[in-house]
Amino acid sequence: MFRLPADKLNEFFAAIASAQSLYIPVDGDDGRASYKKWTEGTALSKALNTVRSAKDFFFPQTTDICDFNMNGKNIEIIDNRTESEDFVIFGVRACDARSFTILDKVFLAEPIDTYYATRREHGTVITMACTEPEENCFCGVFGIDAAAPEGDAACWMTEDSLYIKANTEKGEKFIESIKSMLEECDSSAVDAQKAKTKEILEKLPFANVSTDYFRKNTLLDIFGSEHWKKLSESCLGCGTCTFVCPTCQCYDIKDYDTGHGIKRYRTWDSCMYSDFTRMAHGNSRNSQVERFRQRFMHKLVYFPDNNNGEFGCVGCGRCLSRCPISMNIIKVIKTFGEE
Amino acid sequence: MQEAVIKRAKELLADGSVNRVVGWKAGEFAYDTTPAVFTSAEELDAGFIYNDFCAPNLSKYIIKESRKEGKLLVFLKPCDTYSFNQLVKEHRIIRENVYIIAVPCTGKVDVDTVKSKGIKGITGMTSDGENVTITTLYGEKTMPKSETLGDKCRTCKSKKHVIFDEIIGDDGEVNTDGARFELVEKLEMMTPDERYDFWRNELSKCIRCNACRNVCPACTCESCVFDNPNSGIQQRAATDSFEENMFHLIRSFHVAGRCTDCGECTRVCPQNIPLHLINRKYIKDINEFYGDYQAGSDLETRAPLNDYTFDDCEPSIVYKRGGNE
Repeated sequence: MFRLPADKLNEFFAAIASAQSLYIPVDGDDGRASYKKWTEGTALSKALNTVRSAKDFFFPQTTDICDFNMNGKNIEIIDNRTESEDFVIFGVRACDARSFTILDKVFLAEPIDTYYATRREHGTVITMACTEPEENCFCGVFGIDAAAPEGDAACWMTEDSLYIKANTEKGEKFIESIKSMLEECDSSAVDAQKAKTKEILEKLPFANVSTDYFRKNTLLDIFGSEHWKKLSESCLGCGTCTFVCPTCQCYDIKDYDTGHGIKRYRTWDSCMYSDFTRMAHGNSRNSQVERFRQRFMHKLVYFPDNNNGEFGCVGCGRCLSRCPISMNIIKVIKTFGEE
Repeated sequence: MQEAVIKRAKELLADGSVNRVVGWKAGEFAYDTTPAVFTSAEELDAGFIYNDFCAPNLSKYIIKESRKEGKLLVFLKPCDTYSFNQLVKEHRIIRENVYIIAVPCTGKVDVDTVKSKGIKGITGMTSDGENVTITTLYGEKTMPKSETLGDKCRTCKSKKHVIFDEIIGDDGEVNTDGARFELVEKLEMMTPDERYDFWRNELSKCIRCNACRNVCPACTCESCVFDNPNSGIQQRAATDSFEENMFHLIRSFHVAGRCTDCGECTRVCPQNIPLHLINRKYIKDINEFYGDYQAGSDLETRAPLNDYTFDDCEPSIVYKRGGNE
């Protein structure tokens, strides 16, 4: 474990940014945080988390896939990828760090999504332990420890120091590159902080929410449940939950006709939208009940069924904060659990 | 208030006047209320609430609900009645299938506003109408309710209900102080470049989640042009700044003259974009060019933008003429 005096934080950022692009959570005019590229004078946000998740770095809302140029009967395919720059994301919370593991299972499984893989290779994830979790946090339900986050290297901020510890080889390399600024230390200060945070985590309102129902019941029983109708009744069918979610990974691929060629690109899609899964024959999900059910079945049943029981949710609480009508995965889990 | 509301709902269910009730359902933390349909006294007792945390406008739900079998009961706050009226006027709600009970409102507490004051970990809130007591993971706080209101309530346009079958409590008055146009005036005073920068900064935050469109009581197209694969502009994401701007401008023009200024667009925006200011500018312009007009205030008045009178101003040259003389 290494230590940096807190008043050297700016120099620390400057040192990282001199070698590669550095992104940190920054407060906007309205006090809401988002990741911004660090430049001299950029201050680290004190907010618990960013409104948008950190998945944007590896799976952005839009990605150019390729261009097609038509020349008589020949079609030329142009790979227009530009991502070749190494970058560091600093201040990622434990929930978002785990979301990368979930996204990896989708995009790095065969056939590997090379757009995602390239970004993952170039990115170093430096996480930050939480000290003041909020009422909407429930990462613990999914076995995530907010006081000891994953990521390439983890940080803990105290009043006077920043502590950092590598979790991966990439993290070790990162620490090596800035080692001249750091001093080696023991973990007593970090252990004390962890113990304090743990006490708060245990008191969180959703600390004891149980996902057992989704393990004990069959896919078809859950799928056919009467609960979905009532739960989805007031869903507006907007895509807010899916777009702020760190693990939602569905996308749509489109061609744009430029008049002399085609630009193929992909964008995030949302299972909440009326034309999601619209195919040549029509749409397999024509009501909001079916779309709503799809989102939660995916996270709580289909994804774990295909990934050794790991749920497709990290408990970041963004959908709880942002749903216009306050319907969310906690209300879904509780409704089934109370059966 | 809540007891009186539940009591009336039970009575109307019991005597068969209605077969269901559209209202607000309690959540986990007092502030996260969800619109819901209740069909029995037991359901009402278990979850129905009406208090200072019931911000969602229920009017849009009635488009679908009023097409189902049997009569329904809906509770409407003053600003919700304007949306309701407008939807009746546009033949979107089947009025005779709805029984409306008007409920008073003194402004709704907005949890994001409370959180913006640095209050973290909110596990509960209560309001006595004057002050809001907030219990958090990190202690208890109290603040005046006036400081907890969201955008839509800070500049409330009316405490008067414009449509109802019965009313609980006393009806209020239309607010005529014009305070809701102060921010619009500030934007008007900017230079075009400043104004452009202001809106680029705001609209660049848009993630195209469509929450504003889907919550909007004036956005009721059966299939939106942005969802239509044959339109050529069906989009999941704004791929450039032009699209970021145009989505909101097209949407706002489409509801111009029909927007009642209910403020739901801004309330639900996950990126905190003050979308209501776009339509509020149109409302201000309509007032200035055609005389005061409030969409949804009645069922008869023809909307200025849908009507032609010989004396109509020519807005494009109105400033050259020195105003609407």
